[in-house]
Amino acid sequence: MIEFQAVTKQYDDGTTAVRSLDLRVQDGQITVFVGPSGCGKTTSLRMINRMIDASSGRILIDGKDIRESDPPLLRRGIGYVIQQAGLFPHRTVLDNVATVPVLTGTPRREARKRAAELLELVGLPTGAAKRYPAQLSGGQQQRVGVARALAADPPVLLMDEPFSAVDPIVREGLQEELLRLQAELAKTIVFVTHDIDEAIKLGDKVAVFRQGGILAQYDEPSVLLANPADDFVSSFIGRDRGYRALGFLTASGLNLGAVPCVRFGGTAAAAKSQLEDGWAVAVDENNRPLGWLSAARLSTVGDETEVTDGLLISGGSLYHVNPGQDTTSGSLRAALDSALSSPSSHGIAVDGSGAVVGCVRAEDVLAALSAARDAGKVPS
Amino acid sequence: MSWAADHVGLILSQTGTHLFLAIVPILLGLIISIPLGWLASRYRVARAILIPLGGILYTIPSLVLLVVLPLILGTQLLDEINLIVALTIYTCALLIRSIADALASVSDNVIASANAIGYRTSGRFFAVELPLAVPVMFAGLRVAMVSNISLVSVGALVGIGGLGQLLTAGFQIYNTPEVVTAIVAIVVLALILDGLLVVIGRTLSPWAKAARAGATA
Amino acid sequence: MGQGGKGGGDGMNIGSFFTDPTNWSGPSGIPQLTAYHLYLTVLAVVIGAVIAIPVGAFIGHTGKGSFLVAGFANGFRALPELGLLILFVELIGLGVVPVTLALVVLAIPPFLAGTYSGVNNVDSAVIDAARGMGMREWSILFRVELPIAMPLILAGLRTAVLQVIATASIAAYIGTGSLGYFIFLGENTRNYTIMLGGAIVIAVLALVVEGLLVLVQRLVVSPGLRSVRQRRRVVRSSSVTPSTMDVETAGGTSSS
Repeated sequence: MIEFQAVTKQYDDGTTAVRSLDLRVQDGQITVFVGPSGCGKTTSLRMINRMIDASSGRILIDGKDIRESDPPLLRRGIGYVIQQAGLFPHRTVLDNVATVPVLTGTPRREARKRAAELLELVGLPTGAAKRYPAQLSGGQQQRVGVARALAADPPVLLMDEPFSAVDPIVREGLQEELLRLQAELAKTIVFVTHDIDEAIKLGDKVAVFRQGGILAQYDEPSVLLANPADDFVSSFIGRDRGYRALGFLTASGLNLGAVPCVRFGGTAAAAKSQLEDGWAVAVDENNRPLGWLSAARLSTVGDETEVTDGLLISGGSLYHVNPGQDTTSGSLRAALDSALSSPSSHGIAVDGSGAVVGCVRAEDVLAALSAARDAGKVPS
Repeated sequence: MSWAADHVGLILSQTGTHLFLAIVPILLGLIISIPLGWLASRYRVARAILIPLGGILYTIPSLVLLVVLPLILGTQLLDEINLIVALTIYTCALLIRSIADALASVSDNVIASANAIGYRTSGRFFAVELPLAVPVMFAGLRVAMVSNISLVSVGALVGIGGLGQLLTAGFQIYNTPEVVTAIVAIVVLALILDGLLVVIGRTLSPWAKAARAGATA
Repeated sequence: MGQGGKGGGDGMNIGSFFTDPTNWSGPSGIPQLTAYHLYLTVLAVVIGAVIAIPVGAFIGHTGKGSFLVAGFANGFRALPELGLLILFVELIGLGVVPVTLALVVLAIPPFLAGTYSGVNNVDSAVIDAARGMGMREWSILFRVELPIAMPLILAGLRTAVLQVIATASIAAYIGTGSLGYFIFLGENTRNYTIMLGGAIVIAVLALVVEGLLVLVQRLVVSPGLRSVRQRRRVVRSSSVTPSTMDVETAGGTSSS
């Protein structure tokens, strides 16, 4: 456990970066420090591995004051991932990852073996090991950075805006990767970001900092969304707070309605006969949804016409009944969004293999929300 | 340094010659290097020929050039032309590379917007690319200027005038004050001209100064 | 000074310089003079490197004293080679010491500029990551900064070698037994052929040595550093292997 006790950081020119911070980071969890620029989140992070030393107060790791440790030795037991990765350009990817084990005395061959395992763990192809950082893309470099931080198997991982410098699609992939890794490794992670959505997505607990280094609120994301401590937190969280909070409520109790499924490639006449309320879902041979068929569209073509791409109306988002690791796609939010974004106002529910299992209506979701409130499952 | 005080006239006249011999190659070098540098920045073949060629010529010591050039140019050994050509060659080797790099560094965005505004290639070159290339170009120019001033003195070894002649004279009659005076004069000259180039460079690129100020603000 | 004979016969005569056996043997033969020339070069370059590289690395790593590099770099470039040679000879006397001293003074600035800019240009994210991993300062300098700075340090080496070879040629004016001997002999005896021969030998030496150093540069520099992109500098570098001219413009212009 990492503990901040009345930690303050003040610079010579008078600016206070962190003001009397009291905070406990739990083991095995992802704790996110989030806030606008100048709020002290990065400074606080960098005080944990003594890249910056506090002006006053103490920081304890597992009960021991970090000031008693020699900084380089302290840091070898803490993983550190930064925004631009900071990979050594003159070493291969493999040797980059093996840096800390070699530093702590592991024989090079063994260190390299471990490095290779880690590269696989973070999802890099085997060919990457022999390459040099300059030959990798930004996202790949970040993965190497994470692998490097994990190499000595440190219990604590510090991550300073690690995904901010890559494009949104790559970023999402990296975030998913991190959650998957964490499910396997259960490290104590302190993660800094300026993006509240990233904080809510990744954090088991989120610490919101205000400008001037003041901690505004420290709670689970669902509590944050339901009960922001003050105007600053609520405006920092942004709009659609209520909608986003639905992402933390599971939709597992939701009743699904039936929805007509039409095989792709059949005739228009056959399709028309299966419509209910003027709508049906076109599916492939594995029952996976391909799009919607509407009475309006079908009436514009002859009865013998084959049901092809041109006739399909693209559907909305999907609600996953068995979401596995990604709980958000099985939440009330996903269910509600599938209904709202569907052209027929019926959201499509799919199972683990992607096959259609039923449909969802917005009114059903709101009813489920009401039931959850009554059962005391909604934070307030 | 009484020697210096007694020989002001000599010092000044040699300085004049020295300056002339150092500056003319810079001017000639600029005239030759800007178009060639532009070629090298645009066309891979030009770059592949000019830059390595410049590198090779730059490797040849000045004394060697001063001996070989009379044969190629058909001049006498002590003709000032040899020195001017030699220094022009060095200046070009430096500047072509500097200018090629500078022009290549003008960001694609800027070029795209210039085209979108409606500039033709030549207009764009003079109005946009060249001015933006000035800071990097001047870095190379300063190096060329300072080393030219130093190299002119080598000319004295083959009978060419300039402050170098104070050096050789100071050697032959074992006159240390004359040697020191010459060295000091050369260094001071170089620093003055370097400073001048910095001022000119900054005047020609006021945006760079603003960028500097903005960065430190 | 000598006129230097001209005319169409020189092409034939230059061959005679190289076929004349007296030019190949004895204390003023080409092999002997080349050996001494190289000896002077290696000596000055090594001493210059030993002095300047640590200083440049220290200034680049800590940032303290960077005015030294920026401020003095241009000043050093202005120092006339001939002037230094003559001055030191007059102060110290003839012999190898004054010449070596002058050569070392001229070799220092390129190493200083190259090492400083090489170390200084290392991406600060890389250094931050190194520190965050638990590397000690010494380790960071030797295992991270200097290897990454290698391209520019080697460019500095090439510039220094070039400068020293050129100045060593000139040193024959004051009596040093370098390859410049032929040039001044020819000048004093009004024999242009000998001058030309000497000049050609020096040119060949310079080109061969530079060529070898380029090879060394290619071999020693990590493949990961091949596409060197330097901060604040051109995005597309003219050559993948930084050359002597890169050092010239890199080191002394940080004040511009």
